[in-house]
Amino acid sequence: MHAPDWIEIGPRGLRLKAADVWIDPPRPVARALITHGHADHARAGHAEAWATAQTLAIMAARGQAPVQPHPLRHGERHDFAGVTVSLHPAGHILGAAQIRLEGPDGTVIVVTGDYKRAPDPTCAAFEPVPCDILVTEATFALPVFRHPPPEAEVARLLAARAANPDRAILVGAYALGKAQRLVALMRAAGYQAPIFLHGAMERLMALYSAHGVALGELSSVSGQPKAQLAGAIVLAPPSALADRWSRRLPDPVTAMASGWMRIRARARQRGAELPLIISDHADWDELTATIIELRPREVWVTHGRDDALVHWCETRQIRARALHLVGRDDEDD
Amino acid sequence: MLFRLSYDYVGDLAETASLLWQESRGASSPTLAEAVGALRSATRASAPAVVAGLLDRLDTSGRFALLKLATGALRVGAGARLARVAFAERFGLDVTEVEELWHGLSPPYAALFAWAEGRGPRPDPGAGALFRPFMLAHPLEAPEAIDLAAHAFEWKWDGIRAQAVTAAGERRLFSRDGNDISATFPDLVAALPAAPLALDGELLVRGPDGQPASFNALQQRLNRKAPDARLLREAPVFLRAYDLLAEDGEDLRQLPFHARRARLESAVARLDPARFDLSPLVDLVDHAALAAARACPPHPSIEGLMLKRLDSPYVAGRVTGLWWKWKKAPFTIDCVLMYAQRGHGKRSSFYSDFTFGAWGRDGALLPVGKAYFGFTDEELKWLDKWVRDHTVARFGPVREVEKALVIEVAFEGVSTSSRHKSGLALRFPRIARIRADKPANEADTVEAIAALMAR
Repeated sequence: MHAPDWIEIGPRGLRLKAADVWIDPPRPVARALITHGHADHARAGHAEAWATAQTLAIMAARGQAPVQPHPLRHGERHDFAGVTVSLHPAGHILGAAQIRLEGPDGTVIVVTGDYKRAPDPTCAAFEPVPCDILVTEATFALPVFRHPPPEAEVARLLAARAANPDRAILVGAYALGKAQRLVALMRAAGYQAPIFLHGAMERLMALYSAHGVALGELSSVSGQPKAQLAGAIVLAPPSALADRWSRRLPDPVTAMASGWMRIRARARQRGAELPLIISDHADWDELTATIIELRPREVWVTHGRDDALVHWCETRQIRARALHLVGRDDEDD
Repeated sequence: MLFRLSYDYVGDLAETASLLWQESRGASSPTLAEAVGALRSATRASAPAVVAGLLDRLDTSGRFALLKLATGALRVGAGARLARVAFAERFGLDVTEVEELWHGLSPPYAALFAWAEGRGPRPDPGAGALFRPFMLAHPLEAPEAIDLAAHAFEWKWDGIRAQAVTAAGERRLFSRDGNDISATFPDLVAALPAAPLALDGELLVRGPDGQPASFNALQQRLNRKAPDARLLREAPVFLRAYDLLAEDGEDLRQLPFHARRARLESAVARLDPARFDLSPLVDLVDHAALAAARACPPHPSIEGLMLKRLDSPYVAGRVTGLWWKWKKAPFTIDCVLMYAQRGHGKRSSFYSDFTFGAWGRDGALLPVGKAYFGFTDEELKWLDKWVRDHTVARFGPVREVEKALVIEVAFEGVSTSSRHKSGLALRFPRIARIRADKPANEADTVEAIAALMAR
């Protein structure tokens, strides 16, 4: 496998050698390029970090701000000791970017970070960027993962609410990205009632709103009388589903919004009565279609079900390798 | 390859196939009756096309249900016992009576429904050697609250629960779930008397010293559906009886325990002593003696104590307050995690099957066992992540990890084994605690574990 000499590959990720810049490093470094705000990509403690303004805002809101933030607009080019770097929308969450690297030898590497191709009203759509080497995620890289249309999943959620007027509908969703997308999908489906939030959801909801994402009327669960929450939709982080916190809700129907809900055992493990298959990652069809569309010379797989995607590439005569990066938490979807 | 990886991840064959099947829209879903009819009339040759045709008309969960139905692996998460309780409640019947009839009848239980709905006579389960549902014990949680004078005490033997029945000239042996296991244990069945009786007891292998052998020895017999002469000679089984359910056509189950015990003692006295003996009553004068007996039982084949109310009738199932089991405390050792593999069922898609090792004489780590449970959901997630972050090599679905994580393993006993390089096999190992605080070189040695064998 041939890697250009201007880039270093190790278990801690990719590094631009000359400028000593890491991409999504799992440990604090002097200079970092960050694809998006999820904690396993955007660690706290970097001295300098380059990312989209939204990603930097998310990092700041979560206490992960670098000492010196450098916002980059999508498409804006920046030179790092001979390597030209630009960010391009990844369609994953607000601010999520792919990183395009063009080395002094002309080789173009695109690091997708986490991405999806399905439309998402809360962030800019994925932009296919031609490249020689595609560094892709593989969270859902097995042919069993085919995400159904999210509108159909949200319709199931709203139907469950209509069928249970005396109960709260408690939806577990990651506080960054998934929760806001879920709200936007419900609004698009015509649900206009206030949506109630676990305390841990509030800050990032406000951040999305401030960035112009329309989320409708949101309200805090705390201080609401129990009876008030009958027939309400309540969003909480997944960890709160089985927690004592949920006892304040009237006989809740437990739903969980995640790509993992496609696997029955995962839904059971979560105790989800109503598993909703809604993912912010590319499914098998999107991952493979993207590789076919971009026709890279090589594919490097960062994290997830790398063995399956590498195998698929090889059966199509595309050179592929797994990078076995550490520190990626692919549960969070 | 992609199928294998998918199956490895999903952990269930039918679910994997149902998820991978290419969706074809339009056709209407078959009804359950239609699907069952189509499967029933399919031949070996036509089956693949019939199943494919049905799969094409179903969505993901429909395909999953169809494949489970077709392979006979449809599990609805409710035990057969629950089905019988539901049946009894629906028709206002006594569940014990339903239990009894049920075991003598076969699906779809038309005669039982007819009787329950008042359309037919009480089904006759026949006069042969029938299975009677076992009485089960609850784990004892408050030993200090037990009224010693109201209970009888027995050792809890480390074999398998069995019921030996002679009736109408038939001799049969049943396992705990009511399966007929006579063919596996012809030596014991042949020794059953001609006179009708039904014994409840523990099936054990007799060791060369005349005492019960380890569970390992019994395992060899359980693995062999039709044992050969050599195995019968080397691992003879016997029943250590602890209850008498029927004798000479008389049902004794409504009698109190002490009365059944008296009948049991005289019945066993008339049986072949090589094949049947009595589980002795243990005399315990006070709560201190009770705790001591449980902590240090006199034989390695004892896994704890049974406490049975002297006035308890023999009731099917797990009825609270009549029988208690109090298992002895498990052994624990500190081992080093060596390999991990994805689990199946509830644990699927997590690295949850762990091979662990202890230090050998030459300073090398030797595998001593595998554990699949014992951890909480949170610990499982932690372990899964630890494995993914500390993988040093991959062999198909197996990951070899850095030899750096100490786990405390609890188990019930240890015996010799040729399967592991260490020469040891642990009984019922599970992960008791994750000892991330402990350095790997402080884990236990194979020698230290072997020394537990004597206890």
